[in-house]
Amino acid sequence: MTVTLIDRPAESQTRLRVVDCDIHPTFRSEAQILPFLPQRWREHMRTYRRHLRQGLQGTLTHPRMQVNRLDAVTPDGGPPGSDLGFMRQQHLDPNGVEWGLLQALQPAAHAERNVEFGAALASANNDWQIAEWIDKEPRLRGAIQVTQEYPEAAVNEIERRAKDRRFVQVSLSPRALEPLGRRRYWPIYEACMRNNLPLGLHVPGFGSGHASTPAGWPSFYLEEHQTFAYVIMGVFTSMVLEGVFERFKDLKLVLVEGGFAWVPALCWRLDRHWQRMRSEVPHLKRPPSEYIRDHVWFTTQPMEEPESAEDLVRLIDWIGCDRLLFSTDYPHWDFDDPKCVFKVKLGDAEKRMIFAENAKRVYGLS
Amino acid sequence: MIAPGAIDCDVHVAVPGLGVLMPYLDAYWRERVEVQQLESIDLSLTSYPPTAPLSGRPDWRPLAGPPGSDVALLQQALLDRYRLRYAILNCLWGAQALFAEDMAAALCRAVNDWLAENWLARDPRLRASILVPAQNPELAAEEIARRAGDPRFVQALVLAGLDLPLGRRQHWPLHRACEAHGLPLGIHAGSAYRHPPSASGWPSYLLEDYVSNTQLFAAQLASLVSEGVFAKFPRLKVVLIESGWTWLPAFAWKFNKTWRGVRAEVPWVAKPPFDVIREHVRLTIQPTDAPEEPDTIRALVAQLGSDDMLLFASDFPHWHYEGDAMLPPGLDDALAEKLLVANPRATYPRLEEAA
Repeated sequence: MTVTLIDRPAESQTRLRVVDCDIHPTFRSEAQILPFLPQRWREHMRTYRRHLRQGLQGTLTHPRMQVNRLDAVTPDGGPPGSDLGFMRQQHLDPNGVEWGLLQALQPAAHAERNVEFGAALASANNDWQIAEWIDKEPRLRGAIQVTQEYPEAAVNEIERRAKDRRFVQVSLSPRALEPLGRRRYWPIYEACMRNNLPLGLHVPGFGSGHASTPAGWPSFYLEEHQTFAYVIMGVFTSMVLEGVFERFKDLKLVLVEGGFAWVPALCWRLDRHWQRMRSEVPHLKRPPSEYIRDHVWFTTQPMEEPESAEDLVRLIDWIGCDRLLFSTDYPHWDFDDPKCVFKVKLGDAEKRMIFAENAKRVYGLS
Repeated sequence: MIAPGAIDCDVHVAVPGLGVLMPYLDAYWRERVEVQQLESIDLSLTSYPPTAPLSGRPDWRPLAGPPGSDVALLQQALLDRYRLRYAILNCLWGAQALFAEDMAAALCRAVNDWLAENWLARDPRLRASILVPAQNPELAAEEIARRAGDPRFVQALVLAGLDLPLGRRQHWPLHRACEAHGLPLGIHAGSAYRHPPSASGWPSYLLEDYVSNTQLFAAQLASLVSEGVFAKFPRLKVVLIESGWTWLPAFAWKFNKTWRGVRAEVPWVAKPPFDVIREHVRLTIQPTDAPEEPDTIRALVAQLGSDDMLLFASDFPHWHYEGDAMLPPGLDDALAEKLLVANPRATYPRLEEAA
């Protein structure tokens, strides 16, 4: 039976079982990380704060219209995403979330210029995910945060955490100092594969200090929001063309919050021009687009909305129903609601795949 | 084979070396070239190494000199063979990548004068874009005003990758001059590399840079629309040249959706960005980044939602296709006819002025 998701009656919502591949837990205040840091770094944090590659050290340089859903402010006035009880009540329970995958973006360890400090922040973040969220809520699963600019520490962190299978992926920043296909990052991919952990790349609001577009820094958040796709397109291109998937044949890559409507055109472009200049990348044994079929998954939020519903169907067909992982981005303003995000009818089987089964398979959730 | 009488909106000519420009430089710049021994320096762009497969189809390379440096070859292999009505010359050259604005302006002036005397004067079917020093939009506007009296110049040309996003107000003198003189702003693939091709820095390969032009074009469009350039200059047309074009619908869908959420930030963008793009933006047809499947091409054309946007271009002598396969399969006759002749005419009103 084919079910229409649009205007789905409220009482049937709970029947839709969902794996949400992008949930953001938030600090009530930055001080929440302090207990998880060694004394040396606690003092450093208090004295020097963060040393980043942008002009503002305490906020994003493109102020959001609003970062979060206004209704996600916690009952006692805390930041959205900072209260597990309220997250259960507002999101996990009513939306039928069977598994929720945390993307703990704070404290942006990846963006810290002092990489020793960055490694300590990443490790503290991982402890915080367990202590404050995963220990308390069995539906939640973590991502091992690592600092990609200090691969040695990243590998150690992965090895140390991987035994706790409640961490289901490794997360590093796609806004890295160099394109992520470059050799300097390969030890991290090796560690992912060794521990059978997918690599989940979530677009951050800042990081490398390189302009967020190849045309330079945009003025408006409207433009900055488009860069999420460019960042992911660049990472995808780099990892394929550098031969990461030739070298790491079992590596799974999940691209989070970069959208997916761009995938066909980018693959066509890659294939076409690779055909012409393949002598530059002789390590590639197959057309670039073939690597996505084996290695890459895409989360759905923020879902692009083609002008014609037929084009969304065409898009999903081209990418493959098995490549899409549902995500909400709770509690951010551009949250996608599982009840109405697909503007087309999906068949029952397709719906089960996108909303839950694909993610269970990729992440080994059970 | 395409029907005779087509208008080719992207044909490349190469400056063989700074030496040919000496007659077009003033005394000060001639002396600078001599004293600094610049005559022998190579000002070809990193984006298009003359020897790379991308830069020249084997049968479109001259026996001597870089691809695009031979008038006779252009006439025989392109203008005569396809019986073109017009071909618009786009000269991609390092003047646009220099940091010194005055030197860039002097070299652009020289290139434009050299084009007029050595190319446009030699074949009445040729038209050209004005190479402008986008490093300084005031100087760019001056160069447009200087050359605009010659109707054989039909467009102002910039690289896609510049110092700042093109919508930024610093660039508005350039847009104002284009609008005032009825010249579309042509944005061609390639970069001065003021910024790396990705937000994660510098890729390893030319192939990677070339593929990433898509993000560069998307960012420029997002900038032009978001900054309100088309609200300020309502008669301005922008032509995205050699962009690959099939990326546009997916970009525009996302742009529309975000705009619905945050449009209060840009109150001058009064309608969905895709509608603004359909009105003001045109795209050349080569390369067409899609499989050679008629159904796919038709679906992509339908996603553009307008028959006015695509312009025929051979991209001579760049190597994107073999033989005469200048148009992707699957275009219906009416659309093919439109993009070969009517769309270029509508986009470049000056085309007929010199006839």
